[in-house]
Amino acid sequence: MSLQTEKITGAEAVVKCLIAEGAELAYGYPGGAIMPIYDELYKYQDQFHHVLTRHEQGAVHAAQGFARTSGKVGVAMATSGPGATNLITGIADAQIDSTPLVCITGQVASHLLGTDAFQETDVISISSPVTKWNYQVTKAEEIPAAIAKAFYIAKSGRPGPVVIDITKDAQQSVFDYKGYEKCTGVRSYIPAPSTKIEAVEKAAELINKAKKPMIVFGQGVILGNAEAEFKAFIEKAGIPSAWTVLGLSALPTNHPLNVGMVGMHGHYGPNKLTNECDVLIAIGMRFDDRVTGNLNTYAKQAKIVHFEIDPAEIDKNVKTDAAVLGDAKEILTKILPLIDEKSHNEWLQEFRNYDKIEYEKVIKAQLNPTKEGLTMGEVLQGINRATKDDAVIVSDVGQHQMMTVRYANFTHTRSNVTSGGLGTMGFALPAAIGAKMGAMDRHVVAVIGDGGYQMTCQELGTILQTKVPVKIVVLNNEFLGMVRQWQQLFFDKRYASTEMINPDFIKLAEAYDIKAKKVTSRADLQGAIDEMIAHKDAYFLEVCVEKEDNVFPMVPTGASVSDVRLE
Amino acid sequence: METKTYTISIYTENNLGLLNRISTLFVKRHINIESLTVSYSEIENVSRFVIVVNMTEVAVKKIIGQIEKQIEVIKAFYHTDDELIFTQTAMFKFRSDLLFDEPQIQNIIKENNLNIVTVNKTFFVVEKAGRQNEIDALYEKFKPFGIAQFVRSGKIAVSKEAMNIRQILNDFNK
Ligand SMILES: Cc1ncc(C[n+]2csc(CCOP(=O)(O)OP(=O)(O)O)c2C)c(N)n1
Repeated sequence: MSLQTEKITGAEAVVKCLIAEGAELAYGYPGGAIMPIYDELYKYQDQFHHVLTRHEQGAVHAAQGFARTSGKVGVAMATSGPGATNLITGIADAQIDSTPLVCITGQVASHLLGTDAFQETDVISISSPVTKWNYQVTKAEEIPAAIAKAFYIAKSGRPGPVVIDITKDAQQSVFDYKGYEKCTGVRSYIPAPSTKIEAVEKAAELINKAKKPMIVFGQGVILGNAEAEFKAFIEKAGIPSAWTVLGLSALPTNHPLNVGMVGMHGHYGPNKLTNECDVLIAIGMRFDDRVTGNLNTYAKQAKIVHFEIDPAEIDKNVKTDAAVLGDAKEILTKILPLIDEKSHNEWLQEFRNYDKIEYEKVIKAQLNPTKEGLTMGEVLQGINRATKDDAVIVSDVGQHQMMTVRYANFTHTRSNVTSGGLGTMGFALPAAIGAKMGAMDRHVVAVIGDGGYQMTCQELGTILQTKVPVKIVVLNNEFLGMVRQWQQLFFDKRYASTEMINPDFIKLAEAYDIKAKKVTSRADLQGAIDEMIAHKDAYFLEVCVEKEDNVFPMVPTGASVSDVRLE
Repeated sequence: METKTYTISIYTENNLGLLNRISTLFVKRHINIESLTVSYSEIENVSRFVIVVNMTEVAVKKIIGQIEKQIEVIKAFYHTDDELIFTQTAMFKFRSDLLFDEPQIQNIIKENNLNIVTVNKTFFVVEKAGRQNEIDALYEKFKPFGIAQFVRSGKIAVSKEAMNIRQILNDFNK
């Protein structure tokens, strides 16, 4: 912190504060009410990088992708009015998926607030329900503290998005900048409750007594940087561990205790055995309805242990017998010495027996198909092979997303980037751009449906301009596949508005100077994937897959997880 | 599950926008707020919200969790009526000539110990502090004479048990 004060504008302070906070880059889109800040971004371009996206939704999703792979706070910027409202979908997505973001929006000058001025929207009110915190700055002097607080709140505790709305006059006026001081605490806010040893002991006792324990872990393990502690814990206790969509990649796919995914399109074993285990240990997950199915028949036989950072999640959906509040790393560190060393081989074998059934009925047809049409599963298998199970995979929303989380293999944490809680189509392409910038040394492959791709494919322009080497795979089934699947199963095949006539995706990619290839036959698949991965620049691969394939297993809405269907 | 009247007391930092944040938590769950009052509290720069809602205890517990999650919320409590000392205020405005034309009005004022806030040539205003049923009864008594204006405040309440906000604030600072 410099002790000397300088007279600078609020806009310059914004950029200086971002640099001082250690933020490396921002994604955004300029406009009238944020032009003073963009002017400073121009002046500071050798110290701070700004990526111009092609839509503000792209900016916020890119910031999310960056946050998810890098573990840092993503930064997005937009002008007032339509710029700010275009951010909202991504902010809502970040809120429900606990992604740390700082979004800076320009606002009309303070004397115009409430006059329905040009491009005025009440961003604070609009964003309140979907932000962890938001704040409107009307004076330049407030900027350093507001930005420091924004970063602190976004990344501490259960992370989330923060909006700082800055009026144009606050950006323009000159004030005495006294340097940037990072925020280290906010009165009235406890980021993570401290873990009580009595709670840990009670949980340990239940776990040690269990004959058929099962773990369901979520993103809390990743957000808490607790992967190593988690692994040590499950290995010592010998407990089969299943993941939620967002928990995926916290534990390597090939770990002997990894028993797959729970929930609507999860694996057969963990769904079935949720209703047979005697102790269910939930770690950093929130019992989303897509995970639990019908709550009245969810794990009723089991004692529930819940490790959780957010007190509001305890007993929200599932009543716990032992709740342990705190940061995942702290809880897992504290519980490890209290855990008896065990293996539950017979019980683990029950999962593996279900795996065999699932393999015969579902997986075999995906990975070793005998039909002519390409399956989504074999594309993922091809990506696994080409990247040695070590890519960051960014998926969009729909059938291909569920196929991705089911069939992609992972070796490293923070490698599965997808829109879980909100299910935002259009997420993947911009998120992949950010994900790559947050993990430049990794392969980043976006797997997208033909529907979702067309929601944000203008971000090909961002790839053109930044040359970010992301690999894009569109699984083209010429349908809004997931909705079509539901129409087939629950609406007597009335395919209302789900069939798509698509443009020439190859020409589209080529228009943006991206190397592109289309695969329609199995013989060409692996070669094309290998070529894509080996290619040093961005690459677009369209794979024409079976049009009316379905994702199974499936727990229909309202059904019990143990009524999971294989066909 | 049985719904009940719960009074939610929230201690918060004094912050623009927090009222909106808190009310959206109720809107999101399709819960109607029966009354809401915001004032300063016994601690400098700390505001106090009193919100009255009708909901199940399970639901009120969950919403307290969501309220406490808001950054500027220091602490939230919920209470049933028997755990509180509470009151409301109502004001009734009448035309002044009624005071002479309808002697019964004077009797009501006396019998109920109503406070006369103001009297002038054209109108007078009386005030009643008390429980909602008392105010409702008074309203019914006055109604036949023609009430020119009526207003009732939200419920305000202090809890019988201590709330220890200073202690909580001290703990935050540690
Ligand atoms: C923004 C948005 N609109 C609508 C939906 C509803 N929805 C969920 S999956 C899906 C179909 C996705 O189709 P596509 O992108 O082609 O992927 P596929 O399911 O075929 O793999 C739709 C419309 C959504 N999740 N997000």
